[in-house]
Amino acid sequence: MSIALVDYGAGNLTSVRKALAAVGAEVYTPDGPADLARARGVIVPGVGHFGSTRTLDQAWRHAILERLDHDRPLLGICVGLQWLFAGSTEAPDVPGFGVCQGVCDRLPDIQPATGARQKVPHVGWNTLALPRWSRLFAGIADGSHVYFTHSYAAPLARGTVATSSYGIEFTAAVEEGLVSGVQFHPEKSGQVGLQVLRNWLTGVA
Amino acid sequence: MLAKRIIACLDVRDGQVVKGVKFEGLRSAGDPAELARRYDVEGIDEVVILDVTATLEARQARAHTIQAVARELFLPLCVGGGIRTEDDAAAAIDAGADKVSLNSAALADPSLITRLAERYGSQAVVVAIDAKRDGERWTAYTRSGSASAARDVVEWAREAAARGAGEILLTSMDRDGTRSGFDCPLTAAVSDAVAIPVIASGGAGEFAHFAEVFQAGRADAALAASIFHFNTHGVADLKQFLHAEGIPVRL
Repeated sequence: MSIALVDYGAGNLTSVRKALAAVGAEVYTPDGPADLARARGVIVPGVGHFGSTRTLDQAWRHAILERLDHDRPLLGICVGLQWLFAGSTEAPDVPGFGVCQGVCDRLPDIQPATGARQKVPHVGWNTLALPRWSRLFAGIADGSHVYFTHSYAAPLARGTVATSSYGIEFTAAVEEGLVSGVQFHPEKSGQVGLQVLRNWLTGVA
Repeated sequence: MLAKRIIACLDVRDGQVVKGVKFEGLRSAGDPAELARRYDVEGIDEVVILDVTATLEARQARAHTIQAVARELFLPLCVGGGIRTEDDAAAAIDAGADKVSLNSAALADPSLITRLAERYGSQAVVVAIDAKRDGERWTAYTRSGSASAARDVVEWAREAAARGAGEILLTSMDRDGTRSGFDCPLTAAVSDAVAIPVIASGGAGEFAHFAEVFQAGRADAALAASIFHFNTHGVADLKQFLHAEGIPVRL
């Protein structure tokens, strides 16, 4: 079961690779879009700035779409989830993959409900709300904690299967057919995170 | 709700965990990987490996210690001590660290913060500040607390954040090893001055100290070493205590 971990220069992939190995995935880093052809599943990771996804150009997009046409699932992690949306105000000139509707935006410095100042970035363990069943969260309890580190977040969308709150409610995970994404870091979220990765892999034939 | 983090610090020398009182009189407390595993089971939120002597003895954080700890740990892992250059940081990150903690090197060359933030993202860059009370203010110390950097701590924390640091690891040298409680005024002053998380360190002796530093100190996370290492207080018991106090924690 060969999983392509797309390295587009957005951060360190050691931890993601290690966690995928721990749940039994065979992972490779494709040399380029053409090297995606042998992938049974594709993971787009990422930390930092949305602008880094500029590297995922038309050739990459076509290669990923081609995989989806062959029923090969896609998982975006962190900035990789944000990339699934139309774009982000963090880098307005960089289009997202556009599978999910809406634009990612900066988390608020002021909690709208209380008027209290809050720190951005949102760093640490926060709870998940699971409004409906999804493959990603099978066997995972509503209210489980996962590890986040981000300043921008995706809005609620049709495919939202997990939300979290930090001043506002945002999409913590999406699942739309073969396309999934998580804003948190499953590779850093203990047993819950490993279970999310395991669940995703069950959809990789 | 975002939980307050409890972080275990492994002070490592020669591959073994040690913990001193005010940076002196080190005594052995075990194998870092074994301790990290125990903390994971007990519900620790994050692990920091510090090679407490690395800066003085010009040693780099040991890749094999990092690898051994990272192997079975699926939690954030931060490595500090002896991270002086981009290459040192890259070696630690390649070995499995998610974050590197800069102290003396950042004071000597603050542009290192920015270079590492651009390369790995701000979430990977922690600036550690060793703070010593000086009247109504605090002064940053360098080289494992052996020399004053002649920098005001609050002002230095602001600069570090502006240069791209993702978190501040703030140690009270006055409280470190004393078990008399965190320095809450210090922690609150820094936490109010920056928009990035502040990890309070130095002085943890009992559960109530953690509640104090999260409430009065406005800390986002609290770090301790010896209180956990010698099994005087378990991480799970601490979290139950904080939960009962109304402080959000990951149970």
